[in-house]
Amino acid sequence: MSVLVVAEHDNKNLKSSTLNTISAAEKLSEDIHLLILGNKIEDLAKSSKSIQLVKKVIICDHEKLENQIPELSSPIISNLAENYSHILAPSSTFGKNLLPRVSALLDVTQISDIIGIESQDTFIRPIYAGNAISYVQTDQKINLMTVRPTSFEKCEETGGDAAVENISFIDSEVKTTFVSREVSKSDRPELGNARVVVSGGRGLENSDNFKLLYDLADKLNAAVGASRAAVDSGYIGNEYQVGQTGKMVAPELYIAVGISGAIQHLAGMKESKVIVAINKDLEAPIFNIADYGLSSDLFQAIPEIIKELDLLNQIES
Amino acid sequence: MKVLVAVKRVVDYKVQIRVKSDNSGVETQNVKMSVNPPDENAIEEAVKLKEQGLANEIISVSIGDDKSQDVLRTSMAMGIDRSILVKSQNTLEPLAVAKTLKIIIDKEKPDLVLMGKQAIDDDSNQTGQILSALLNWPQGCFISNLKIENNKVFISREIDEGIENLETSLPAVLTCDLRLNTPRFASLPNIMKAKKKPLETIDIDTLGIDTSSKIKTLKVIEPPKRKAGIMVNDVKELVQKLKYEAKVI
Repeated sequence: MSVLVVAEHDNKNLKSSTLNTISAAEKLSEDIHLLILGNKIEDLAKSSKSIQLVKKVIICDHEKLENQIPELSSPIISNLAENYSHILAPSSTFGKNLLPRVSALLDVTQISDIIGIESQDTFIRPIYAGNAISYVQTDQKINLMTVRPTSFEKCEETGGDAAVENISFIDSEVKTTFVSREVSKSDRPELGNARVVVSGGRGLENSDNFKLLYDLADKLNAAVGASRAAVDSGYIGNEYQVGQTGKMVAPELYIAVGISGAIQHLAGMKESKVIVAINKDLEAPIFNIADYGLSSDLFQAIPEIIKELDLLNQIES
Repeated sequence: MKVLVAVKRVVDYKVQIRVKSDNSGVETQNVKMSVNPPDENAIEEAVKLKEQGLANEIISVSIGDDKSQDVLRTSMAMGIDRSILVKSQNTLEPLAVAKTLKIIIDKEKPDLVLMGKQAIDDDSNQTGQILSALLNWPQGCFISNLKIENNKVFISREIDEGIENLETSLPAVLTCDLRLNTPRFASLPNIMKAKKKPLETIDIDTLGIDTSSKIKTLKVIEPPKRKAGIMVNDVKELVQKLKYEAKVI
């Protein structure tokens, strides 16, 4: 049977989490349909139809869908459900906000944040902040799942020519209105998707000191992340938080600076390929999972690393 | 305004959990249990609404065995007026939890439902969203700020891109982020007082809903351990290792 992937996007471009979710869908079916709910999304529909794995792009284009209020989008999804064996959405704040509502409308139990697919009905998901891994099986009429993006490769965005189908908007009475979105603009790579992540913790001491981290990140073309302690202390915005209740990341290189390594932080980054920890406290638990540990004062170490990287670049050029 | 807070009893967040040797689950016997952390934020917010004169009655509900009374007593020690325990020997999935809460809500008729955005044991992050859909009430998830004025509700939600601000109305279901507030510690006199506050018990079998599991757990295993790393002596060695050994820069 066919699998439906609910696209995460900003009305102009797909978020990369959508491409990871399509790769997960490939493990379940060859007939993958991509559902895009939004406003003025003609161009987005055109660019999405070239995704090789997608057989059909389903579009619902309406001004009321501009801000993706889940009360409006969930009935549109549940209305399509009978055609599908599985409905998938990224396990981002977008998917977490939306898919459980669809599960309520369909009266099925959703499986959250899957990191692996064993078969059509058996899935792998982390529990207890990733300190245990659960294998679950279900025989429900339809399987709803949110997918952890970092556990699946991004699919190719080109090479396909999917059919495009427009469906009509179903209006619902909604009492919620969108006011505003406070989004920080940055030229650095997206945190969930970057090859290198440089993260700071309480050891940075204040928001001004985070500039040190930004300089290092720019040298490495890295995204910046933070521990919950740093966000709670107001050093940096919540969108940078890595951890159980923040973002999950799995870059090739993760550099933890002044982060002690609370369980809930490790949950968000321990799948990284190479982990570096820089902390003056030798007892910090972050060293237990680091490939390379440096026990040093970060205010000395970071400028030195930047200098060493500059030297390397000079030698190479 | 009447506020209902949903509270879950979970393994304390500081406990290093252990997977059972028969791989049937995670050990919860003889382990310190506590209020699910973001549920504490929900309790705190309800107590604040009462202190501000916006709420006149605040109640808490938990679903679980007799031991779940302790998290309800904790909520009353923080300032909740009275509690309801829906007694269930089985662990419920989010859909069944939301259906159970809906029955309590139909009876208690609160104007606002608050709960944590996620339980730190199964990390599902579903119950509030499902409940909002079942009630057909507005949904506000992952909130880090709440303001209520003349029946209007202004919320800030923590989203991956930053903050989203929404306006909605009562009744509503809101799920709380850890940054919404700082939960208070219950003082000893308040812990004593909480022992005398009303705690009603309802047997889940009397509610007439399907609470059976739809998801079967085949096995629970420990995550793969990372290979032990090395300590480097200085920055120069670190950069050399990253360049020539790990080849990641």
